[in-house]
Amino acid sequence: MKPLRVGFIPLSDCAVLAVAQEKGFFRRHEIEVTLSREVSWANVRDKVATGDLDAAQMLAGMPLAATAGIDPFAEPMVTGLSLGLNGNAITVSTSLWARMQEADADSVMRRPASAVALRRVIDDDRRQRRPMLRFAMVYPFSTHNYELRYWLAAAGIDPDNDVRLSVVPPIRMVEMLGRVAVDGFCVGEPWSSLAVSRGLGRIVATKYDIWNNSPEKVLAVKRRFAEQNPEVHRALLRAVLDAARWADLPENRGEVARILAAEAYIGVPEPVLAATLDGRVVLARDEAPVSIPDFHVFHRYGANVPWISHALWLLVQMLRWGQLTSAPNLMKLARSVYRVDLYRAAALELGVSAPDADLKSEGVHGGPWSLPGTAGPVEMGPDLFFDGREFHPTELASYLMSLQGNLPQRSFEALLEANS
Amino acid sequence: MQSRLRVMIVDEKAERAALIESGLIEAGCEVVGCLIGQSDLESKVSSLQPDVIVIDMECPDRDTLEDMFRTTLHRQHPTVMFVDRSDSESIRAAVQAGVSAYVVGGLSPERVRPILEVAIARFQEFQTLRRELDDAKSNLEERKVVERAKGILMKRRGMAEDEAFRLLRKMAMDRKIRLAALAREIVAAAEVLL
Repeated sequence: MKPLRVGFIPLSDCAVLAVAQEKGFFRRHEIEVTLSREVSWANVRDKVATGDLDAAQMLAGMPLAATAGIDPFAEPMVTGLSLGLNGNAITVSTSLWARMQEADADSVMRRPASAVALRRVIDDDRRQRRPMLRFAMVYPFSTHNYELRYWLAAAGIDPDNDVRLSVVPPIRMVEMLGRVAVDGFCVGEPWSSLAVSRGLGRIVATKYDIWNNSPEKVLAVKRRFAEQNPEVHRALLRAVLDAARWADLPENRGEVARILAAEAYIGVPEPVLAATLDGRVVLARDEAPVSIPDFHVFHRYGANVPWISHALWLLVQMLRWGQLTSAPNLMKLARSVYRVDLYRAAALELGVSAPDADLKSEGVHGGPWSLPGTAGPVEMGPDLFFDGREFHPTELASYLMSLQGNLPQRSFEALLEANS
Repeated sequence: MQSRLRVMIVDEKAERAALIESGLIEAGCEVVGCLIGQSDLESKVSSLQPDVIVIDMECPDRDTLEDMFRTTLHRQHPTVMFVDRSDSESIRAAVQAGVSAYVVGGLSPERVRPILEVAIARFQEFQTLRRELDDAKSNLEERKVVERAKGILMKRRGMAEDEAFRLLRKMAMDRKIRLAALAREIVAAAEVLL
């Protein structure tokens, strides 16, 4: 069989795939893989759809959007494995940070900094008839888009009308901030740390702060590929899961940084990568790093499970922000894309305990907890949202009620009916 | 008569952009702009107002472009057209050639398809040219290293030129490796030993 072609984007959370290749996990599980460095999420989507890539690192929302048919040239996709949790940050330019401090010195010093100070700046700009602030994220169906919107909206900022929100590829973020083409962004590592290390910006909230241990990237394939190559697909999942377990250990994080620093993967200085991989986050240049041990989670806390509750939360964001305008049965859609059964089969072969449940309530655990699993309890981490909201996937209808104003009445009624 | 289609080219490589531009002009299009490795795509698209954008897939700005279609240019679902969704063969050919195209207005696929065909052909042509250039470069490098190995044998063993070449060829055949690979070994060994 010819080698599998697996695509990735130069980001710290391509770590698991890089490790699978460089530390021989693909070989150990008897599959041959060629990794392909891609420059855009659109390329990843198109190449998987045409079969030029067999599998790829994707944003957690991408296979859902593709299957729902709301991304162009979309083919039904599945994922049997999440590549990790957390790993992003919202960064603002140093000049915007100064204005936020001036507007509300108290709220900005809290962590995560609330966007209340930002709202004051926006109100001030509107009174002075200054141009709108510009924020960037990486893809319409990216977790970055939803996190940034969640953070802004929690302070009463309308992300569609109070700021100009656009897509910028991760590798261009730092440059754009440098020439003031954007005032802030939400991006995966190492790009926030790089902006901070150059003195261009300040991290105001990490993804972990916004939603503890939240979904980020998945390993996705075309549904047809999974159906036609079940054994190869399972071997791929097994190898990547094995690599994730290795990459998650604190004692291996230094080597992960060394691997990722190479031009073939990310090509940024090792110390910039090593900091967040070690859980040390430098929020502003010349400040001591703060400790966020779970900044990058690659395996612990059931991180590799493609949780149905994560898929549902993402679908709800697509509804909230007007991307998904049809009225699908969300649970059915989520289950057709996020395939916990495929994860379980791969985990079983590896002796990794997989949780018996495939969904969980989000926003209710403030500390360590555990779930029963196939080979003993699965230790879980906190899953709180910064605004204290809860998300119960089994009470979807009541959560959807809160979206009433976001959808045309008829779509809203159809949605409720499809999900009751 | 229909007005000429206004096409914008976004490419990381200037030579290839020129190749596509000439092809599109031949096909009767108006090329309103050629952006080479720039990042202010947004302002360029709104000032040049193209009907069609042909973009190199190696250009990271594809994601930006798609989002512009979704938000500012169309505000509808699905707003981005990758030519014609049903035309999966031409999409596959485009992806393999490394080019993508976007249609700004509600143009029919029939009007847009020739543009994509020109772009695919020119991308493929460029790939072939580059491969030939790479081949020529490596041929030249191989000839040079064989010459050096031959020179080493002539000097060390007092052989005539054709005799040295025959020995090289025999050794390569016996070991089932390429002549150039053997020559590289001899040159490397000579550098260590001499």
